[in-house]
Amino acid sequence: MKKSVKWVAATAAVMLTLSATAGMTSSADEGTTVKAGFIFLHDENSTYDLNFINAAKEACEEMGIEYVFKTGIPEGQEAYDAACELADAGCNFVFADSFGHEDYIIEAAREFPDVQFCHATGTKAHTEGLDNFHNAFASIYEGRYLAGITAGMKLNEMIANGEITEDQAKMGYVGAYTYAEVISGYTSFFLGARSVCPSVTMEVTFTGSWYDETAEKEGANKLIDDGCVLISQHADSMGAPTACETAGVPNVSYNGSTESACPNTFLVSSRINWAPYFEYAMGCVESGDAIDADWTGDLKTGSVELTSLGKAVAEGTQEAIDEAAAKLEDGSLHVFDISTFTVDGKTLDSYMADVDTDADYEGDHEAVSDGYFHESAEGYRSAPYFDVQIDGITLLDTQF
Amino acid sequence: MNSKVKEPLFHIVKRDALPWQRGLRIRLLAILAALVVCGILTTVLTGINPVQVYVTIFMGAFGTARKSWITFQNVAILLLISLALTPAFRMRFWNIGGEGQVLIGGLAAAACMICLAGKLPNALIILLMFVTSLAAGAVWGLIPAFFKAKWNTNETLSTLMMNYIATQLVAFFTIVWEMPKGSGKIGIINQKTNIGWLPNLFGSKYLLTILIAVVMMILLYIYFVYSKHGYEIAVVGESENTARYVGIKVEKVIMRTMVLSGAVCGMVGLLLVGGINHTVTTTIANGQGFTAVMVSWMAKFNPFTMAFTSFLIVFLNRGASEISTTFGLNQSFADILTGIILFFIIGCEFFISYKIHFRKKSEKGAEN
Repeated sequence: MKKSVKWVAATAAVMLTLSATAGMTSSADEGTTVKAGFIFLHDENSTYDLNFINAAKEACEEMGIEYVFKTGIPEGQEAYDAACELADAGCNFVFADSFGHEDYIIEAAREFPDVQFCHATGTKAHTEGLDNFHNAFASIYEGRYLAGITAGMKLNEMIANGEITEDQAKMGYVGAYTYAEVISGYTSFFLGARSVCPSVTMEVTFTGSWYDETAEKEGANKLIDDGCVLISQHADSMGAPTACETAGVPNVSYNGSTESACPNTFLVSSRINWAPYFEYAMGCVESGDAIDADWTGDLKTGSVELTSLGKAVAEGTQEAIDEAAAKLEDGSLHVFDISTFTVDGKTLDSYMADVDTDADYEGDHEAVSDGYFHESAEGYRSAPYFDVQIDGITLLDTQF
Repeated sequence: MNSKVKEPLFHIVKRDALPWQRGLRIRLLAILAALVVCGILTTVLTGINPVQVYVTIFMGAFGTARKSWITFQNVAILLLISLALTPAFRMRFWNIGGEGQVLIGGLAAAACMICLAGKLPNALIILLMFVTSLAAGAVWGLIPAFFKAKWNTNETLSTLMMNYIATQLVAFFTIVWEMPKGSGKIGIINQKTNIGWLPNLFGSKYLLTILIAVVMMILLYIYFVYSKHGYEIAVVGESENTARYVGIKVEKVIMRTMVLSGAVCGMVGLLLVGGINHTVTTTIANGQGFTAVMVSWMAKFNPFTMAFTSFLIVFLNRGASEISTTFGLNQSFADILTGIILFFIIGCEFFISYKIHFRKKSEKGAEN
C-alpha cells in the first residue's frame, strides 16, 4: 500500500508541474485584432451546422483570424455561458448559428458591450436596440425558387415522357415547423416550380423538429404514398433524401448536395453560403465599422447558392436557372410577385407581416408594395416573415 | 490420500468491510488508472500529448472564475437531483422518474412566469412558482407511489413512463407559448421585465443554486440519519414485512417518501427554469434525472459522498467538452473519455466489495 501512495503523490506532482507550463502556449499575434468565437448547436454531423462550420473555417483562414469553435451548445443558458466564455477568452467577435440561441446571446451582448455578437436566423436585433447584437440571414427564398424551377422542369419531363399526367404533377414537402422560415421556403419553391410547370400542386407535412431522421423519412414516405411524384424538404437530416432514393422519387435537397448518398434521385440543393457574411462582419470588427443590425445576403453577395445539378435533372435546367437567376439579380423578377399567386382566390395586395417578435402574433409591417411581397428586405428584418398560405399548396398537418 | 483437487486459477471472495482509507485509496487508484488509459487512447488516436489533455480537462472546469462558478452550479443541480432520488432509493423504491419530476416542476414555474406576469407582484409570483413547482413534482412522485402502495405495481416502469408524460406536456405547452409563432421555441421568458426570475445572491447568478444544494445536502443527511422518518425509510428498505411487524405503515411511508422525492425534483425544475435558463424546453433536465441514479448509487446513498460523485461527473463532463473545443475533436470523443473514466470508477467498487485469490503454486501442497 505504501508503494501506491508514493505513486499517487508522484503522479500528482508531475501533473502539477506540467499544468504550470502548459498554460503558456498561446498563439502568437498575427497582425489582426480580431479573434472569433463560434457557437454551433450540433457538430459537423448535422448538415445545418456543417454548412456554418465550413464557412467559418473558410472565412477565418482567408482572413488569418484566430478562431475557437464550440460545438454541441444547446439552446439554453449553456449558449449564454458559451458566449461569455468566448468573450472571456478574448474573442471580440462571437457568432451563434441556431435560432434558439438568440435570447441567450442577447443576454451576453448586454454584459459585454465591447464584443460584437452576431446571430444567424434570429429576429430581434432590429427591436432590441443593442449596437453590438446583429442578425443575419440570406434571401434563401431566391435559392428555393431556383431549386423549384429545377423541380418544375423535372415534372415537365415526366409529363412529356407520359410517366404522369398534368394533373398528377403533385410535389411533396417535408417541413419542420409551421414557422415563417419554412413557409417562405416551401412557397418560394412551389412558385419556382409553377413558373415552368403551371399545373403543379403541392402537399406539405411537418415533423415538429429541425432534426428528426425517422420523422422526416416517414413524412417523405407518407407524401410518396399520397401520390407526390417529387419531394423536397426543410429539415436537417438525411431522412427525406434517403426515403426518396429508396422509392426512386426525385428529390430537391437543402443545405448541401446529397448526391453521394442519393445518386439516382438527387436533383439540386440550395444552400446559404455564410462565408460572405463572416467576412463582412469580421471585416467590420477589424476596421471598427458598425455591423448592420440585419444583414441579408443574396445571389449577388454569393450568399445564396445552388449546388451542381444531379444527373437526374431534365434537359435545359441549367439554362432556365441561369435565366431566372439573372432576372432575380437585376430586379426584373420577384419571387413573391403578387400576380403569380392568390390567397383564398384573391390577389394579396396588402399584408401586415409579423416582423417584430412579441407575445401577440399580430402583423406590424405592411409587406406588400410595388406588386410584390418584400421578403427579408431592407427596413424589415433579415429572417423570413412570409407566412401566407397560398392557393395550390395543401397543408396535411399543422399541429406544429 | 493425495487426492488432487483442481483449483481454479482464481476465485472471488467477498471482503469484510474495508477501512475507509483503503477504500478511498482503491478509488483514487482507479481514477488514476482511468486517466492513464484515457491518455494512452488519446495519444494513440489523435497524437495529442496526454498531459495536455489532462490540463485541458482541469482548465475546462476551473480555467476562469466563470468556468468555476458554472462547474459548481452544475454540480449543485446534479447533486440536488441525486439527493431528491435518494430517499426513494434508501427505501428500495426505484424512482427512475427524476427527469419527469424535474420537467413538470419546471413547467409549473414557467406557467407562473408566463401567465401571471404583470397580474401579480413579482414577489408573489416567485412564491407561487415555489409552491406550484414543488407541488407539481410531488404529484408526479405521488402517482407511481400511490399505485405501488395500493396495488404493488412496478414503480420502475411507472416512474419511467411518467417521464414521457411530462416531456409531452412540456412539448405541448412549448407550442402554446412559442415565440415567434411557429418557431417551436419559447425563448427567454420575461427577458425585458425579469418577472419571475429568481434573485441573484450577492450579485452572483450562480450562488443561489449552490447554496440551496448545500443546505439540502445537510438537511437530507439529518433526515436520513437522525429522524424517525429516516429510520422508517431504512426499515421499509430492508424488509417491508419487518416494517409492518414493528408497526410502520408501509403504504404511508412509501407515499410520503415519494412526495418528498418528487418535491425536491420539482424544486430543481424551479431552479432550472426560474433561476438558470429562464425558459422551459423538453430537454431542460438534460438526462440528469438518469445520471443522478448513478450518482446516488455510487455514493451509496450518502448525501456527502454524493457531493463528491456529482462533482466528479460534472468535472469530467466539462473537462471533456473543453477537450473537444480546444483540440477540435468531435464531442463524441469527450463522451468516450467520460465513459472510460466512469467504467473504472464503477468497476473499482467490485474490488472494494470482493477480493480475488489467485492460485499459488507453492502453497498447493500445503493447502491440500
